[in-house]
Amino acid sequence: MTAAGKAEKRTLLQPHKRTGNPIVPYLFVAPHLLFFMVFVGYPFFYGLYISFFQYDFLRPDATNFVFLENYAKLFTPDSVQFPVFWNALGNTVEFVFLSVPPLIIIPLILAVLLNTKVPGRNFFRGIYFAPWVLSAAVVGLLGFWMFQSQGGLLNYYLIQMGIEAPRWLSSMPWAWVSILLITIWWTVGFNMIIILAALQDIPAHLYESAAIDGANSWRQFVSITIPLLRPVMVFVTVITIIASFNLFAQPFFMTGGGPAQASGGGATEPVMLRIYREGFERNQLGTAASMSFLVATIMILFSYTNFRLFRTRE
Amino acid sequence: MNVKAASQKSGNMQRQKRINKTLLLLLLISIGILIIVPLLWMLSTSFKPKSQWFLPEVYWIPKTFTWENYEKILNNDTLPIARWFLNSLLLSGTITFFILVVDSLAAYAYARMEFPGRRPLFALLLATLFLPGVMFLVPNFLTIARLGWLNNYLGVITPALAGVFGVFFMRQFFESLPIELEEAAQIDGATQFQIFTKIALPLAKPALATLGIITFLGSWNDFLWPLLILKDRALLTLPPGLRTLQGAYTSEYGQMMAGAAITAVPVLLLYIILQKYIVESVQTTGLKG
Repeated sequence: MTAAGKAEKRTLLQPHKRTGNPIVPYLFVAPHLLFFMVFVGYPFFYGLYISFFQYDFLRPDATNFVFLENYAKLFTPDSVQFPVFWNALGNTVEFVFLSVPPLIIIPLILAVLLNTKVPGRNFFRGIYFAPWVLSAAVVGLLGFWMFQSQGGLLNYYLIQMGIEAPRWLSSMPWAWVSILLITIWWTVGFNMIIILAALQDIPAHLYESAAIDGANSWRQFVSITIPLLRPVMVFVTVITIIASFNLFAQPFFMTGGGPAQASGGGATEPVMLRIYREGFERNQLGTAASMSFLVATIMILFSYTNFRLFRTRE
Repeated sequence: MNVKAASQKSGNMQRQKRINKTLLLLLLISIGILIIVPLLWMLSTSFKPKSQWFLPEVYWIPKTFTWENYEKILNNDTLPIARWFLNSLLLSGTITFFILVVDSLAAYAYARMEFPGRRPLFALLLATLFLPGVMFLVPNFLTIARLGWLNNYLGVITPALAGVFGVFFMRQFFESLPIELEEAAQIDGATQFQIFTKIALPLAKPALATLGIITFLGSWNDFLWPLLILKDRALLTLPPGLRTLQGAYTSEYGQMMAGAAITAVPVLLLYIILQKYIVESVQTTGLKG
């Protein structure tokens, strides 16, 4: 929309002299604002505050103000938290690197395939997207069963093909491969439909005139589709990285974070699972809050950097 | 080039095109099968008796078809999955209803009303949109604990109403409506609340439906938060219930898959009925979000 167009379109209703009451707008926003302040505004500061305390949820009497000690623990190699926290954060980063390329490339290919005049394309789109409507818990439990060594579907076929099947969920790197495969299955359709929507927005006449100029389909893809798709690909990449960073339920159900490592911590334990265990299994809410804050800071810095990059290029 | 050669060439091209199309179709079908296989396997296992779970051969269709996995999990008083189903339905419905009310009220004010503080408040909401959920986990858990709402649905419902996505979504829609109708109503002496309920809301039905579907799906599927808040087995919703099921039925895969199917089938049916709607709403909200 042009600046002039924007100025012309009025969106605000001028308050009426007789019926307008200055309190009314506040009454409209009040219910949401109340919940927002209690569960978004306040915890923003309260979370930081809690991270300055040694706080066992089951022993509230033993609460101590320790200021930055919880953070110091995360940076002191001989603390209980140090090896498991950094192991888990490393696992999450590893998962981000492993999962993002296939979660971008496969949806792009699927979207391009479905953006042709193939019969039944809406049907296929519907099928590919379907797993996305499932709960993470269903996906995790399904993965837990599919990748079992005994009775798991995958191993049936591998054994039939004469391939020696690994113990998927309890050996490395297969535990990661299992988590990766089930995650791809779950979310590939989401990225696909977003890319597909952007593909369908590319005006057909661009391709037509390119075809008249003698460009073949590969050339058209490289010179028209890819550049015009750039913004949506950046967007999809950013949300996929954030989604992968939030990995939790799949390893929770499938591997329990294992297999265990000699160096401490589980080989597939992501940082979200570590925070969950620190806070809600060990009941150490102070250290869990400090871990959360550190992880959140990393994620915010990442989003901010992307936002800046995105802004300046457009 | 003579006419015959030209027509042969175009015939070749046409054949090539047909072959390409068939290959593409075969590829799409194979991918479709890959996507559906885990769901079919879930259903297949859920209807198999235990003796067939670990057979050395794959039977997609159970050799003997049985309801016993479903019966077992439905008749287990310590794992009341029928209750969980109702809990999920009730809780998701309640959250959806209140989000629609609370968010559309706020969105309408941000879209249409001029009041001191409107811009900074809205900017504040916008700023929190990109905050990662992990930073709210511990403090909100403690807030709920202090309010005495652990093991209470209020502890699941109230944090859900704090989200800002619905407010943005509805605000954008209200702003896109032509303002003239509302101005005319104002001149006729309607109050702001009347304009909202009688004019803006009826026009916003498509947006409310979209937000409603997305919210319902999200609440039905939510796993981590109810897992933290609801401890009493009778109060669980289905996703954390599945975790309990996994723990209680070690290697009883038929029962686990029956539980997964009970959780998955309702949303899959909803998806089949409202497919076009769900896909489109994800496309629009995904692109704008």
